Amino acid sequence: MKRRGIKSFTLTAALAVVALVVLIPFFWMITTSFMKSGESFAYPPVFWPKRFTLEQYTILFKRLHFLRDFLNSFAVASLMTICSLFINSLAGFAFAKYTFKGRKFIFTSFLATMVIPAQVGMLPVFLILRQLGMLNTYWGLILPGAVSAFSIFFFRQYMSTIPTDLIDSARIDGCGDFRIYWQIMLPLARPALVTLGIFTFLGTWNDFMWPLIVLNRDTMYTLPVALANLMGEHAPDTELMMAGSVVTVIPIMILFLALQKSYMSGLIAGSLKE
Amino acid sequence: MDRRKSAGSAVGGKRLSARTAVPYLFIAPSLVLLTIFFAIPVVIAFLMSFTDFDIYSLANLSFARFVGFRNYANLYSDPLFWKAMFNTFYFLVVGAPLTILVALTAAVLLNSKLVRFKSVLRVGYFAPVVATLVAVSVVWKYIYDPHFGLLNYVLSFIGVSPHDWLSNPFWAMPAIILFAVWKNFGYTMMIFLAGLQTIPEALYEAAEIDGAGPFQRFWKITVPMLAPTTLFVTVVTLIGYLQLFAEPYIMTGGGPVDSTLSIVLMMYRQGFRYWQMGYAASIAFVLAAVIFILTMIEMKIQGEARAA
Repeated sequence: MKRRGIKSFTLTAALAVVALVVLIPFFWMITTSFMKSGESFAYPPVFWPKRFTLEQYTILFKRLHFLRDFLNSFAVASLMTICSLFINSLAGFAFAKYTFKGRKFIFTSFLATMVIPAQVGMLPVFLILRQLGMLNTYWGLILPGAVSAFSIFFFRQYMSTIPTDLIDSARIDGCGDFRIYWQIMLPLARPALVTLGIFTFLGTWNDFMWPLIVLNRDTMYTLPVALANLMGEHAPDTELMMAGSVVTVIPIMILFLALQKSYMSGLIAGSLKE
Repeated sequence: MDRRKSAGSAVGGKRLSARTAVPYLFIAPSLVLLTIFFAIPVVIAFLMSFTDFDIYSLANLSFARFVGFRNYANLYSDPLFWKAMFNTFYFLVVGAPLTILVALTAAVLLNSKLVRFKSVLRVGYFAPVVATLVAVSVVWKYIYDPHFGLLNYVLSFIGVSPHDWLSNPFWAMPAIILFAVWKNFGYTMMIFLAGLQTIPEALYEAAEIDGAGPFQRFWKITVPMLAPTTLFVTVVTLIGYLQLFAEPYIMTGGGPVDSTLSIVLMMYRQGFRYWQMGYAASIAFVLAAVIFILTMIEMKIQGEARAA
């Protein structure tokens, strides 16, 4: 029993050390962001500011418009999450609870889109958005990515487990189809909504290539695009770049930690259903 | 979920039948968006790859002319394209197995009953996965700094002299691979952990009674039982890694001397920097073909392994 205890302690300690190594970049990013300019140009590297200062954050928010970029990111990710949950759950509901001509064919076609990488459509989508006047708009970021075959699949699977009797009795009570969806299905599919909601929000917040293509006016920049741009002009300002990274990463990390359980269970459900 | 079963029960009224247009209305938004922003664009991109669509065509679409297979022929004779292919496969062939191996090791260790504080450790390993790729790429660029970077400092303890990792054509790609393993192994680890939990405990107990050591148990039970999971993570990792873009865009700009230029980065430059959209479209289709072929090969290998 005692040997087992020692083994358990050693293994846990070893894994904890590895976890610390994995997390060091985050730790270094955060402490460096509170240093004054130039303080991190030192060897050996410094891990703790001599005096904590908000100097870098002041520059970011006062001079470099990071609040605007933050709000853009937040607006795009929120709108995308709402639109995508609505559109995909509606389709998932139809596939789960209705029989109609072409159902199997349409569903398979949706799934088949997952085989083709997004980059293939990017050039024409750019031209289409230009034609529609949607470059440099939130909608230009949201509409092309709102439909997700994975989400539709996920909703269909989840809603299939909800008893159809509920719908039948609601219908007898004179409930219309949309009201059945809105007042019965959606509340019951809450776990699926939460899981896919986090996936979508995180994915949109972190997305880089598509915003980089669609946005060329700096008033519309999302955080990753703003940060990449900042790298072009302020690469030597390590402390400033770290503050920019903190502003980009930390909100999403907090969200993840808060909703970790739903995120992880969705991740695993997604892989098992493949 | 068994489709046939639920379709069968539809006869018994378990599924609502479509006397109305309702289900079509419900799938209409996704169908319309998918058509406008996916199906039609893919077709246009395919046609585009056979034209000389460039910056002049951008001003007036009628300037684009049909040029047959010229873009593909040019691609074939473009040394930069082969360089990008080589780099992408270098990243893939070294990065993917490394990621999966690290993830499997972490998963097996974390799954041990001896380990305490599992959920905390799991979240720690997973943190890089949810972090914004651009932001952590920026952070790692400074970690690789030749003068003040953490990596050189850590390596100095084992007597390695300082390197300018990202400015060295030999080391830039390995540096990006190391970063990618750090960024992605947590995801694969989570999937493996889920797979490990489906292996019945009784198998290990029986093997232990028969005198199998921990390594034998790993090779004879864990590895074969995890085969379906391994297939899934391999396909996901391959597809993801073939689309390498933000890491070189931020950390190296594709350099030095194009040693980290990836296929997608080349496509982005040709299409959205030089506006050679016809040429870029042909690159995109080569990428799609490579992804498709690799996925098929992977499925076949795994299928045969399972049949054997």
